[in-house]
Amino acid sequence: MMNFKGKKLAHKFAESPVLRLRLPAWRSRLMALLILGCFGVLLGRSFYLQILNTDFLQEKGDSRYRRDLEISASRGSVADRNGDVLAISTPMKSIWAIPADAKLTPQQTQQLAKLLEIDGKELARKLASDKSFVFLQRQIPPDVGEQVAALKLPGIGQNKEYRRFYPTGEMTAHIVGFTGVDDKGLEGVELAYQSQLLGHAGSRSVIKDRRGQIVEDVGSIKVPQDGKDIRLALDSKVQYLAYSQLKQAVADNEAKAGGAVVIDVKTGEILALANWPTYNPNNREHLSGAQLRNRAVTDTFEPGSTLKPFTIAQALESGKVRFDTIINCAPGHMTIGGATISDSHAHGALTVAQVIQKSSNVGAAKIAATLTPQQMWDMFDAVGFGQVSHLGFPGEVGGRLRPWKVWRPIEQATMSYGHGISVSLMQLARAYTVFAREGDLIPLSLTRSDALPLTGRPVFSQQTASEVRAMLEMAVQPGGTAPKAQIPGYRVAGKTGTAYKLENGQYAKKYVASFVGFAPASDPRLIVAIMIDEPGGAQHFGGDVAGPVFAGIMAGALRTLGIAPDVPVQVAQSPNAPVSKEKL
Amino acid sequence: MVRLNMFLLLAVVICALGVVTSQHKARKLFQALEFEQDRAKQLDVEFGQLQLELSTWATPPRIEKIARDKLKMRTPDAAKVISATASIPAGGLSQ
Repeated sequence: MMNFKGKKLAHKFAESPVLRLRLPAWRSRLMALLILGCFGVLLGRSFYLQILNTDFLQEKGDSRYRRDLEISASRGSVADRNGDVLAISTPMKSIWAIPADAKLTPQQTQQLAKLLEIDGKELARKLASDKSFVFLQRQIPPDVGEQVAALKLPGIGQNKEYRRFYPTGEMTAHIVGFTGVDDKGLEGVELAYQSQLLGHAGSRSVIKDRRGQIVEDVGSIKVPQDGKDIRLALDSKVQYLAYSQLKQAVADNEAKAGGAVVIDVKTGEILALANWPTYNPNNREHLSGAQLRNRAVTDTFEPGSTLKPFTIAQALESGKVRFDTIINCAPGHMTIGGATISDSHAHGALTVAQVIQKSSNVGAAKIAATLTPQQMWDMFDAVGFGQVSHLGFPGEVGGRLRPWKVWRPIEQATMSYGHGISVSLMQLARAYTVFAREGDLIPLSLTRSDALPLTGRPVFSQQTASEVRAMLEMAVQPGGTAPKAQIPGYRVAGKTGTAYKLENGQYAKKYVASFVGFAPASDPRLIVAIMIDEPGGAQHFGGDVAGPVFAGIMAGALRTLGIAPDVPVQVAQSPNAPVSKEKL
Repeated sequence: MVRLNMFLLLAVVICALGVVTSQHKARKLFQALEFEQDRAKQLDVEFGQLQLELSTWATPPRIEKIARDKLKMRTPDAAKVISATASIPAGGLSQ
């Protein structure tokens, strides 16, 4: 037993004979030092990886599973006042190829060409090019994109692109405008409201698994901001009326061009703006400058007699003449400073009201002679001539209104009937708000305004405005210059204009026929302004060329907007039946 | 001591499994969310396309063509229109 115990003790580690050897102390210290050194190396290595080289390694790691995705934002849409879409973006696919990677069999090439609707040889040529990246076809429908993806061709990829559509096409081309590449507005509202319409893409970084599925979000998400939708003041039914009537009139009169503007008298909203010629914004190949011109806003013309009411109103306002003051207009022409002005039909003695009704140049010039140049200039300035109206349209112009100090006497006379001054159709339409309202001028608005009816800046007194309204009503009645502008069921007021065109400083035998008017005259709601450039047919007078267009647009617009008639209809009163053309 | 250790070990294992399952569930839910968000986006795109289609069908020229040619509609003669508002200004054509 003892023996066994002693034997066991002999095996104790502490009694191991090896321990009895006296080893030199440096060996253990060396070992400790070596191990410490190893730890030091490990520490150094981890310092190198974690601190010094961390960015590089993190990037390498991220590139294996982390992806930055762009979240696309769409451009805002443009709609009319009732919410009908005028311009909208929808995503399309663009197919691209990396020619070096795209090794397709002839059969695959054929298949792809058929899907993309391009020539097989053309496609083969593109795929054989030595560029590093080529677009094969841009903006194809998403479902075709899916079919292409289903072919799983090497080196062929696709990305999302937005394409802008204009369902109303050429009808609203000038007011809506269009965008170029990269969603950049180039014309019209697309340009004017570019900053609001534009969307801002967001981004997020995610971790993807082996199958390409997103596993989780990492980091913060940048939320995409879609562009703001714009609600215009435009009424597409009224716009269509204006567009179709104008188009018809330009064709009937063999004219060069034309413009039409419809304004809401109460709010200053632009309900329609049409120009001819126009273009299709969805297909802008072979565009000419003439088609692009937004004439109603960017072109100025000498308006002619449509300016007479302003001269007369100023004379009434300053008390120089009264409604029924007699002006002697015989013998139909007069000479001022060596220049002669004349009437197209000679008149005898006319009242001030008849000067408007018959549109006498001599009468207007004589009335203007009672005013000082400064009075006239102040009035023209007050109704907005010679100033840019700041609607936001590209290329808006202010027209020409020379400072009164340099006026010659003949200029004051010609300006009284609208020559020697130039305005845009939009300015002219706006200026007529002073007569359609109670003598105040309101700013125009391209976008729908839900605010209460405006009060504008007073230019004339209520008395003057209502007297001029009565005169303008006479111009449309039998004995006036524009009986063709009558509308059965409504009282209409308006003024014709037939102006010679200036060419190289000389008045050519070319005309601009215009008509500006409003209805119902008892409580005006709409102003319609028409301009027909160079009517080449049998007729060139404003009353014959522009008058019927006015009646057509106004009659349709009044009915469309549900404005009650203000006069009982007499059956005999529709000789030229302006209601025949339109139906809406 | 041994018992406590065993208990703690068990607790650790249970917690670890819990973490794994909840992580797995979270990913499943996340994928479902992704899927639904994609669908929402697609529906949004489709809505835009339908809006476009709607306004293409509803252009005034087309409506007029159908109204005139197919339905044989026409504008009523002004004399046949009766206004529902009774008040017509007594003045009428003042001049």
